[in-house]
Amino acid sequence: MVEMVARPYAAAFEAYAVQHPEVIALSADLTSSVEIDGFRDRHPEQFLSMGMAEQNMLSFAGGMGLAGYRPFIHTFGVFLYRRPYDQLMASIAYPRRKVRLMGFLPGITTPGGMTHQAIEDISVMRSIPNMTVLETGDATEVEGIVEAADSIDGPVYCRVLRGSVPRLFDSPLKVGEMRVLAEGTDVLVITAGITTEEAIRARGALDKAGVSVRHLHLNTLKPFDAEAIVAHAASVKHGVVTLENHLVAGGIGSMTAEALADAGLGKKLIRLGLQDTYAHGGSRPYLMNYYGLDAIALVRGIERLMGIETGIDEGALEAVRVDAVHSSVKAEAL
Amino acid sequence: MNIPWTEREKTAVPSQAPLQNEKTTEEIALGVRRRVFEHTIRNNGGYLSQACSSAEQLAFLYNEALHLGQPTMPMIPPPFGGVPSADNPDYVTGAGYNGPFEPQYDRLFIAPAHYALVAYATLIETGRMAPEGLEMFNKDGSSVEMIGAEHSPGMEVHNGTLGIGLSTGAGLAWGRKRKGEPGEVCVFMSDGEVQEGQTWEAVQAAAHHGIDNLWAIMDVNRQQCDGAMDEVMQVGDIRQKFIDFGAHCVEIDGHDLEAMRQARAENHEGKPLIILAYTSPTKGMPILERRFPRLHYVRFKSEDERAEYNQAIAADLGIAPVDYAH
Repeated sequence: MVEMVARPYAAAFEAYAVQHPEVIALSADLTSSVEIDGFRDRHPEQFLSMGMAEQNMLSFAGGMGLAGYRPFIHTFGVFLYRRPYDQLMASIAYPRRKVRLMGFLPGITTPGGMTHQAIEDISVMRSIPNMTVLETGDATEVEGIVEAADSIDGPVYCRVLRGSVPRLFDSPLKVGEMRVLAEGTDVLVITAGITTEEAIRARGALDKAGVSVRHLHLNTLKPFDAEAIVAHAASVKHGVVTLENHLVAGGIGSMTAEALADAGLGKKLIRLGLQDTYAHGGSRPYLMNYYGLDAIALVRGIERLMGIETGIDEGALEAVRVDAVHSSVKAEAL
Repeated sequence: MNIPWTEREKTAVPSQAPLQNEKTTEEIALGVRRRVFEHTIRNNGGYLSQACSSAEQLAFLYNEALHLGQPTMPMIPPPFGGVPSADNPDYVTGAGYNGPFEPQYDRLFIAPAHYALVAYATLIETGRMAPEGLEMFNKDGSSVEMIGAEHSPGMEVHNGTLGIGLSTGAGLAWGRKRKGEPGEVCVFMSDGEVQEGQTWEAVQAAAHHGIDNLWAIMDVNRQQCDGAMDEVMQVGDIRQKFIDFGAHCVEIDGHDLEAMRQARAENHEGKPLIILAYTSPTKGMPILERRFPRLHYVRFKSEDERAEYNQAIAADLGIAPVDYAH
């Protein structure tokens, strides 16, 4: 039975921030949507309302960093880099300000459609010099993201899950340490964020079908531990499948491809995720299925990689689902 | 191209004191125009009109208005030392030319980074940089870059994209006010920046949060890269717009130092102060009026023109024509 945790970010941020007075929460008119409304009400002296003006907010945060503060900018991930990209570069990334960019609703975790879905954020952020990129995959990682982000000597972008979040892990997120969730020998599966839960589900069915999966969960996307990825990839027979809540271009699939090529490791790679397409608005399960980001998509990807048919269907995956994970998860609202 | 990087005796950090008031602000403004003129003639081009319009403002800031400590950087600027990165622990910005980053001292951001040539000339005139620094202008491997970078003398942050300076200043000022630091934050701005939406976002945020240890002086020369601002994009009554967005805003003749002093003394409690300094982009060099409205970057079309401008402007500035190599 997987525990569902309500609003893990809200409590974690408040607990950390009250111990660190140089941490200031910034919000651009989405305060309750990013779970810091309670913090605002209880600690107004540590909260700055910046209005719907992201360009100013990012440069302003850069100035705060120069004054010795560590601003935590809270908004939807997409609003942290699309409109204010120039400000992100010049005022935060270049001078290595200790600005913590807390990006909520990563990928297709929002029904808000194209304007709200950060589907290229990893690609953009990881290509920015001086930037660190972290991603949360469960409630424990969300709880740990605040302290982890604030440990970074420079700017950091975090993909943060909100609302009701499953607890998959019992050990805290450590920057730079991937989680080895299974040590199989047929195929290497690499996931992050919400796709890890999908891969765990797929593994349940794949195990029964006799497919031995090695499964890595990433929470640190930059710096990317290419050496470890290559070592894991070298240890499996058939190759690698990446599954990400992001475009396959520039994200985890690309990073893995670069790592394998740099090392001269000739392994087949199948990159699952958004295939050079925008998404549209809808519920998370619908979008994950429609765009091939879910457990069945992973199973089909592994079949393609290995040239086999496992006989696994949606029903078989339902059977390994933990009801508590899904019965209480509602479609994300804005 | 032989830059005297290795003249060690000149790279010592100056230990002497008061830099201010050795010259009058008027003398410094004239010196700035002369240096930028000489540089422009020698290099067959330069940001000359910016010196005409802003010389009094930058002279006023460095010589009177700002409380700045002694420079912490070598008088002769060090070469480019790499960009900020985790692997470059010795990285420093050009802020040290404006004095140490200590609570009691003011900070200055030059928002229009293409005014760098004028700013460097002002550093020299106020004894904060050696004249040799200007010889390194726009030379490969130099930190004295054409568009002022964060590591260029007197530059404290990157402002090369217009509109981000006031926001950054507001964030720094907010932090300094919260810490109770007496040092204020000044942003030197250009009027073209009011076409950028971010400028207005910055003003409304500074007003909303009562950031009154922030002030700006804007060189309103009504020129931008494509020509006269009214032709490129009309901006309307910018004083009224600044007031409507919550700033305290006054208009002055930007070549009138007494008016500048009075404007700086305005009470702006609870609000940022914006001084609109109306200026002429040909002030002190009337021959430039021939080029109106293409004044953003002065480049001579022929050797004859270069020689004519050399003679005319030198006479206006009371110096001998520049003896440049033909």
